[in-house]
Amino acid sequence: MPWEPIEKRRSDVERANLRDYDEAVQSFSWDKARLLLDGLPDGALNIAHEAVDRHVAHGSGDKLALRWLGRDGHVEDFSYDRLRRETNRFANVLRSLGIGKGNRVYSLLGRLPALYISVLGSLKNGSVFCPMFSAFGPEPIVSRMTIGEADVLVTTATLYKRKFAAVRDQVPGLRHVLIVDADGNPPEGTLDFTALMQEASDEFDIERTDLQDMALLHFTSGTTGKPKGAVHVHEAVVAHQVTGKFALDLHQDDIFWCTADPGWVTGTSYGIISPLTIGATLIVDQAEFDAERWYSILRDQKVTVWYTAPTAIRMLMKIGGEILKQYDLSALRFMASVGEPLNPEAVVWSQTVFGRPFHDNWWQTETGGIMIANYAAMDVVPGSMGKPLPGIDAGIVEHTGDGAREITRPGTIGELALRPGWPSMMRAYLHEEARYRKCFRDGWYLTGDLALRDAGGYFWFVGRADDVIKSAGHLIGPFEVESALMEHEAVAEVAVIGIPDEIAGEVVKAYVGLKAGYRPDDDLAKELLGHARKRLGPAVAPKQIAFRENLPKTRSGKIMRRLLKARELGLPEGDISTLESEER
Amino acid sequence: MSQVDIDQVVREELGNIAPDMDLDDIDPQGDLREELDIDSMDFLNFVTALHQRLGVAAPELDYPKLMTMDGAIAYLKEKRA
Repeated sequence: MPWEPIEKRRSDVERANLRDYDEAVQSFSWDKARLLLDGLPDGALNIAHEAVDRHVAHGSGDKLALRWLGRDGHVEDFSYDRLRRETNRFANVLRSLGIGKGNRVYSLLGRLPALYISVLGSLKNGSVFCPMFSAFGPEPIVSRMTIGEADVLVTTATLYKRKFAAVRDQVPGLRHVLIVDADGNPPEGTLDFTALMQEASDEFDIERTDLQDMALLHFTSGTTGKPKGAVHVHEAVVAHQVTGKFALDLHQDDIFWCTADPGWVTGTSYGIISPLTIGATLIVDQAEFDAERWYSILRDQKVTVWYTAPTAIRMLMKIGGEILKQYDLSALRFMASVGEPLNPEAVVWSQTVFGRPFHDNWWQTETGGIMIANYAAMDVVPGSMGKPLPGIDAGIVEHTGDGAREITRPGTIGELALRPGWPSMMRAYLHEEARYRKCFRDGWYLTGDLALRDAGGYFWFVGRADDVIKSAGHLIGPFEVESALMEHEAVAEVAVIGIPDEIAGEVVKAYVGLKAGYRPDDDLAKELLGHARKRLGPAVAPKQIAFRENLPKTRSGKIMRRLLKARELGLPEGDISTLESEER
Repeated sequence: MSQVDIDQVVREELGNIAPDMDLDDIDPQGDLREELDIDSMDFLNFVTALHQRLGVAAPELDYPKLMTMDGAIAYLKEKRA
């Protein structure tokens, strides 16, 4: 093994929630995990009740639940009781607007307090919450709102005008738009969030929600077709809580900073729900990545547990560890990373400069919570994603015609698969039964990731089994990008792949074939880039455009993205027997 | 290179990254990521392009100074002076 394992100190082990991995795997049961929550009468369960109200009922109402750090230095504190009252107000606002159980509340917001209040208030009201990333453009927004049948959108005046007002008529079922920064003057056709909140009562009886009632809708991308809305239910909170304890080593007295945006599943499951259910204090920073700001936050807020992403860690690595000497980070106890595999160099670097390693973990939108992780009390093998959480049965499988068979020989690459049944597993892709069913074979949930398990039981990520692009930890469906480019009059055919990037893992690159009469020049490349950005937003639009006279295709006319990628990377082209029309 | 030229290079490179935005409409003192709806990868590409065009290699710790159009122009002017 090229990288030496990083051994844990006795003090790390003694304080850890999960002290002995093998013992915990043996003794764990989801039924026992359920007992860590309070629940509501008659078997009801509500995520927001577990995250907020129950701590107030237990006498922790004055404890700091969420500290919001504004971009401009403004700080706003929410105790558990204040969060309870604000989320009650929002639930009352929804109710007054005729929005009830099962209705869909969407957000298009940066990391503002209103986002956190909207998520939890919607859950109290029994409504389903769907957070959207604010760097999406109009097309990803419209497709997600249409598929999920949005009833309400919570957003800012700027985002509304820039990204949604012009396409609003494409979402005819939408009933209300709430503007969080309307300042008494909401744009036409929208409502003033703040004014409604002020009028609303801060007492609310939580709507009865059962374990299997839909709570959250998170969109993800496949290779083909539209985005898929993964349905999560209130029971997911059982996994949100216990995985936070095990994989992030969260304790009640922790100050926890998850840098992920709630527009992605990490920012909701662990950027809101998990730490609050544990009763910890959550730090939220409105601003985007800035190394000195980040180190200042870790120091000044005395962050004890930090959950971030490889893209950010690699940017910190570029800056180097020297600057860290100016920062007293002695409060920091545990660091974790998710989004894409954390390269071993970054793990070893973190051990050198922070005196403790980043703990990589693995999960995806569909799993709702962390599935495989490195733990506080377990030695870290740099580059590995760790071992399955207690209660999670993971395997490496090979496809056998219609079935799947587990490969038990260590070191063999196959598809990473999980035995379904944990509480935060998706219950459906909304309105996409066939695509949902396709994820399951012979009792396994197939993750779409290729991986291997070594002789020590550690799992290693190898790559994607499909053409989905992973950029800065986010999945991007090539079809969504290709569709937007195809709308341009000059484009005859297009293929979109991810190409390696030192910082982001992969970035989106589009290969474009033009219709007759169009010249492949810089001006047209810029025009196409602008076209894609306007529709898709910066998070999804390609960063590079290359022109081709012809894209490689199979006999049936399917563009071979894999071949383009192999050529881009200088890798073996593999089986090209189906190649009919060659790249030019 | 004169100040006018630096202005021009900054505008051209921002135009390459966000060709859909009208640079005359943005607040020159606002955060480019907000003003132009660009992400941190776009911003890194902007810094790389400035390095190639103007020979100014901004260390990572100076990136916040380049986050606004005015800030970027002032920074580049100073570095090239």
